[in-house]
Amino acid sequence: MAEPVLENDQPLLVAEALSKSYGRIAACRDVSFALYPGEVLAIVGESGSGKSTLLQLLSGQLAASSGHVSYRMRDGVTRDLATLGEAERRFLFRTDWGFVHQDPAQGLRMAVSAGANVGERLMAVGWNHYGRIRDTASNWLERVEIDVARIDDAPKTYSGGMRQRLQIARNLVTEPRLVFMDEPTGGLDVSVQARLLDLLRNLVAELHLAVVIVTHDLAVARLLSHRVMVMKGGRVIETGLTDQVLDDPREPYTQLLVSSILPP
Amino acid sequence: MTAMIDVADAQKTFTMHLQGGVELPVVRGVTFHVNPGECVVLSGPSGVGKSSILKMIFGNYRCDGGRIGIRHRGTLIDLASAEPRQILNVRRDTIGYVSQFLRAVPRVATVDVVAEPLIASGVARPEAQHRAGALLHRLNIPERLWQLPPATFSGGEQQRVNIARGFIPVLPILLLDEPTASLDAANRAVVVELIAEKKRKGTAMVAIVHDDEIRHLIADRIVDVTRFAAAA
Repeated sequence: MAEPVLENDQPLLVAEALSKSYGRIAACRDVSFALYPGEVLAIVGESGSGKSTLLQLLSGQLAASSGHVSYRMRDGVTRDLATLGEAERRFLFRTDWGFVHQDPAQGLRMAVSAGANVGERLMAVGWNHYGRIRDTASNWLERVEIDVARIDDAPKTYSGGMRQRLQIARNLVTEPRLVFMDEPTGGLDVSVQARLLDLLRNLVAELHLAVVIVTHDLAVARLLSHRVMVMKGGRVIETGLTDQVLDDPREPYTQLLVSSILPP
Repeated sequence: MTAMIDVADAQKTFTMHLQGGVELPVVRGVTFHVNPGECVVLSGPSGVGKSSILKMIFGNYRCDGGRIGIRHRGTLIDLASAEPRQILNVRRDTIGYVSQFLRAVPRVATVDVVAEPLIASGVARPEAQHRAGALLHRLNIPERLWQLPPATFSGGEQQRVNIARGFIPVLPILLLDEPTASLDAANRAVVVELIAEKKRKGTAMVAIVHDDEIRHLIADRIVDVTRFAAAA
């Protein structure tokens, strides 16, 4: 009955019994899962459920109280994040990973040009030809639907939606395999959100990105993710295929979340 | 002949935690199979669990018991116990599903909504769009609408876009939930034709249709769902 194992079908990111406590408060308890290349995992739950803490643990920005996160590097070797040196971790962040913050100001340098915001990540991985960097940056601005005429303007002059799209371009320019997203559509108007979601959906499919996305918006989870994990009180209370969990929720809390959505 | 779908003793109960944990039995003892090139129509009154059975076969609803056997790349897989990734593979390569309503993504052009399953299975975008256009044309969606998102279309037009999206990939299994419900006679005839073509290609189908005439035209076998009804 088993499915034939595919070549190269190994997880990219693995969390094992991950926990984080602050004194007596457990922010995240015993979370385990495996994420495969090209797979989009949504972590849903209300504020305080531990989903942002989990994202920080997964991306190595916060040390776990117990448990492990491992990542399969580009050379095919799987490493425990805790054993990486600071330089290795930063290199991973600049190349093979992206992190899209809810507030673009956290992920961008607001006072330097859009072109430099995108080009900076390329320079960090050793690009030094100005013309090529600028061409690649223009190309990415186009891909995220920003008028290339605005390449020399700083993002502080951009609208919220444009800033968020610029942050995405900055993250994707180095062709990462894994992108973490923390409420990427959080602070945006509904119409701007729809455009951004459509853009993200296409990019994720085209680039075969693995994504861990934290959102409290179940519509975002439905549109973008293959799988969801529902968190409450620091624990994963329900997990499965996205449409299965949203159309046939089992746990009382998931049923409450799903039933709280206003009809469109 | 080897069945494409082999459902054995499947059952489903909803537990409504927000209504004090009320148990809502839907179906039990669901047992039937579907061979390649065969269209099985589920019959029975509304609320008897026909759509729930389709959703269980698609992996959209979970099963509380029994087995949903699906022949996927030559191997029988039990979808009732499969991992999410396996279910996604089965949906990409084996099972298509035409739901009652189109769940459209905002901003995506109709032709791309239809072409998407082909692109996902590796067909180049221009070729996928070409085939999407041909199918939309057959279903009488005028070309001037192809570049618009279907969100503003009429119910019948949306249903036809949905049908085009469901019929475009060449998959061994196709599930149809009232595919002709809001269509006029001309478009119903197109759908009957499309179903006949799928049969000739060996696709195994399970359909729900309330229209007696359509049922007569497409059904090779009828499975009466009333006997699986779990409600007392």
